[in-house]
Amino acid sequence: MEQATGQTPVLKAEGLTRKVSSPEGELTILDHAELEIRAGESVAILGPSGAGKSTLLSLLAGLDLPTAGKVWVNGVELTALDEDGRAAVRADQVGFVFQSFHLVPALTALENVMLPLELSGRRDARRQARAALEEVGLGPRVGHYPRQLSGGERQRVAIARAFVAGPSLLFADEPTGNLDTRTGGRIADLLFRLNAEHGTTLVLVTHDRALAERCDRQLEMDAGRLL
Amino acid sequence: MRSVSFGLSQVARELKSGEVRVLAAALALAVAAMTAVGFFTDRVGQGVQARSAEVLAADLVLSSNRPIPAEHEALARELGLETARTASFPSVVLAGEASALADIEAASAAYPLRGRLKVSDAMDAESVEIDAMPAPGEAWADPRLMARLGAEPGITVTLGRSELRVTRLLDYRPDQGFSFAELAPTLLINLADVEATGLVAPGSRVSYRLLLAGEQGALAGFRERVELGVSERLRGLEDAQPEIGSAVERAGRFIGLASLVSALIAALAVGMAARRFASRRMDTVALMKCVGAPRRFVLQVMMVQLLAVGLAASLLGIALGWVAQEGLVRLLAGLVAQDLPPPTLTPAISGLVLAGVVLAGFALVPIIELCRTPPGRVLRRDLMPPALGPMVLYGAALGGALALLAWQVRDPRLVGWLALGTAGVVCGLAAGGWLLVRVAGRLRGGGAAWRYGLANVARRGRESVVQVGAFGIGLMVLLLLTLVRTGLLEQWRATLPEDAPNRFLINIQQQEAEGVQAFLDERFGGGELVPLIRARMTAIDGEPVAERAYASPRAEGFINREANLSWAMEPAPDNRIVAGRWWPTRDDAEVSVEVDFARDLDISLGDRLEFDVAGERLEAKVTSLREVQWDSFNPNFFMVFPPGLMEDYPLTYIASIHVDRAQRGDVLDLVRQYPSVTVIDLEAAITQVRDVMDQASLAVQYVFLFALGAGVLVMLAVIQSTREERLYESAMLRTLGARRRVVLAGVAVEFAALGTIAGVLAAAGASAVSWLLADRVFNLPFTPDPTVWLAGLLAGVFVVGGTGVLATRTVVTHPPANVLRGY
Repeated sequence: MEQATGQTPVLKAEGLTRKVSSPEGELTILDHAELEIRAGESVAILGPSGAGKSTLLSLLAGLDLPTAGKVWVNGVELTALDEDGRAAVRADQVGFVFQSFHLVPALTALENVMLPLELSGRRDARRQARAALEEVGLGPRVGHYPRQLSGGERQRVAIARAFVAGPSLLFADEPTGNLDTRTGGRIADLLFRLNAEHGTTLVLVTHDRALAERCDRQLEMDAGRLL
Repeated sequence: MRSVSFGLSQVARELKSGEVRVLAAALALAVAAMTAVGFFTDRVGQGVQARSAEVLAADLVLSSNRPIPAEHEALARELGLETARTASFPSVVLAGEASALADIEAASAAYPLRGRLKVSDAMDAESVEIDAMPAPGEAWADPRLMARLGAEPGITVTLGRSELRVTRLLDYRPDQGFSFAELAPTLLINLADVEATGLVAPGSRVSYRLLLAGEQGALAGFRERVELGVSERLRGLEDAQPEIGSAVERAGRFIGLASLVSALIAALAVGMAARRFASRRMDTVALMKCVGAPRRFVLQVMMVQLLAVGLAASLLGIALGWVAQEGLVRLLAGLVAQDLPPPTLTPAISGLVLAGVVLAGFALVPIIELCRTPPGRVLRRDLMPPALGPMVLYGAALGGALALLAWQVRDPRLVGWLALGTAGVVCGLAAGGWLLVRVAGRLRGGGAAWRYGLANVARRGRESVVQVGAFGIGLMVLLLLTLVRTGLLEQWRATLPEDAPNRFLINIQQQEAEGVQAFLDERFGGGELVPLIRARMTAIDGEPVAERAYASPRAEGFINREANLSWAMEPAPDNRIVAGRWWPTRDDAEVSVEVDFARDLDISLGDRLEFDVAGERLEAKVTSLREVQWDSFNPNFFMVFPPGLMEDYPLTYIASIHVDRAQRGDVLDLVRQYPSVTVIDLEAAITQVRDVMDQASLAVQYVFLFALGAGVLVMLAVIQSTREERLYESAMLRTLGARRRVVLAGVAVEFAALGTIAGVLAAAGASAVSWLLADRVFNLPFTPDPTVWLAGLLAGVFVVGGTGVLATRTVVTHPPANVLRGY
């Protein structure tokens, strides 16, 4: 948004480190990651399993706290906020697409999409959510529950939910990982099309090189380090 | 056998992983609650029994009108029983110019074996309990005897050829009784003094008693081995006076009810835990099957685990129950009048059996369902085992519950009513839960928290119904606790108000009736004179009673002595017609018979009873049977007639009045003015009944603490069972930007919705059950209590909502990243 223009990076990380204790002693799963992503950019984070991609993503989104280092989203220092403060930032500025969809099973497709709008206190949630579902081609299925939808359909609901509140920053964690190649391809098309149309900044975590190639920039990770 | 060793090795592993701990803890608590109740009620029950033994001043009494042979006492001592001897006879007591008829009660030093004597030093002094008997040469006199003699303690009275110094006033002796047979005031003397009086000679009217007390086994041994002579009779607790009998019976019912509720709630907690246990083990079972384990093997493994966990938890529960009851007894030490006897081992064995019944009824079905988990679940986690159907699930639980009911409360009528009430409540709760789920599915307006909460209620359809049921029963127990404790007990006590009659006036002559009535109106603010006619029953349906054989000594007693008859136009308020109808007019030849009396004498509706009233023959048809609330202490009669039939026979009147301590002088005035009127003091008897009630209500109160604990466990088990889901959903919502407050508000909406319906249904259930209990079991008038509905609603919303939020508040503190990674 306003802060996203000019020289302020949408997302910035400095010395991001995450350590966990294990029976073998302390384990560094993320080691001094440095990162700066400009508005409208799409960046892929690539690497094998266990490289620390998902850890980096959860720290960037404020879903977890680093052992050391700082994260800024649109100039706001995320790592200085408490749990609810970080949640407020996510509600206003961040969208998510996950590998395993993570829809609320109790809510219909429409209600799932309405959720981020309601959480950031916007009016007209129902109409906007309906429009978002139309946009991903699920207009006729708004009243269905997640369990009544196929994998591809669930991911489209998740994508509609990610874009509906107009976030400036979108995190996607292996968005096609749970889908067959054809469905995965369609979901990727949808994601990049909406990303372009909404002018969102996209951070995509994947080990699928073809998918990563569609981004403006690729960052490689291995053994907890950004290469 | 491979399955046994595999199963056992799994138990250890599972216990470590903590999954089985919930089930084990629930079962242990169930058994602990049940055995603690068992141990405690075992002891309290024995205590109540001992208290009611006071009526006899012993556990068993051998009575005769001839001196009791020494070999009976020798047998009792050989069996380890305590013994005491008494001899009682009427005699005139002289004090200077004055004389009065007294009931001379001579007893050996050990008297009384149960209960204690109460004495005082002067008319206006407080009574104190004493563990002694008058020394030889001394006597303790009933205050009424002193009043008649116009004497004070310290006086020397003449009894036959002896002179005895009255050293104390005898206010109470346990076996003084309160029937009409014991009219004369007592003079208690030492048995050693009897011979010197010269009053006891062959042919004189003396009744001898041998009092026995000791363990049940020894008492049974005595009953079996003693060879009774012609005039000798044995009297145990079961033959004690109806007033005390009925109070003890009610006490037993309250305690039984309390333990029953605890058992059922605990069983419910076990059921909830078993469901959670099963649902968390589906992946393991699918994996076992996937690597080639046949269903039979899986079932055996699960059974071994269930039995191992069950046994360990039961033993732990029994130990906890033992400790808990010990704590209870200590807690009650200052309140329970006498030391409670040690508990028997029966409750421990019962605990093990109960654990088996609870597991079979409440845990078996989820475990069997678990074993039917399809192996395909390893690939698709949404694959569930085919459900066995609600009939099997609830049938097993119902069967288990009924088995518990029948076993814990050995009173088929109470079991029947409770089962009926519970079934109604369960159906109501299920229907209410289902309705709520449907309504919640439609009420989707409002904010995110509101929608999220209601959506959860609707989506977890079956769970929501179960939760409404569990919360509903938990709340119902809470409400029943208030209703039963403060309501039913209060109502029961209210039948014995502070101003309950505490004196019976008998032998009021017809010509004195007006004067006595005026005296009562003036000094005691009234007191109804009830007519009484003495008659002998001669025949039932034309068959002379002398030719009918009766098994019970009670029935023999009724036949062999004159009966007290009365008349009334309307049934007394503490009487209830249970069969037939009351007479429509005052002149019918009809009679209404007390129901226990009718049973003892084998009298049915329609029988024709014949009486000999002062030489005249009276015949009447039995047209109704009545239940009588004997412990109201109002004058009541086994047989009541229409007024027109009786009015012309010679009669006396009786009355019951309440006398304050300050009015004792008025009573003496009455006796002086109308010397033929006899005053019977009921105060001691009333105190005795009150004490039994207090003890019973205290026991019920403490026993209900276990039910309460079990209820809380049910709530926690319910909340625990959805914890994983909540953890996930909370993480997801927070990822999408929900503040913790919003997530918690959603949880609060969900639990408050469940709590509302559960609370309202619980109030309905509690009202219905207490009505059933009051009306059908305890014969008390039922007054509906509107506060129960408000309490139910508020408790539902705030207790369930609050507990829900408190128990789930930790789910919002886990970092969302950790949670989402696991899914």
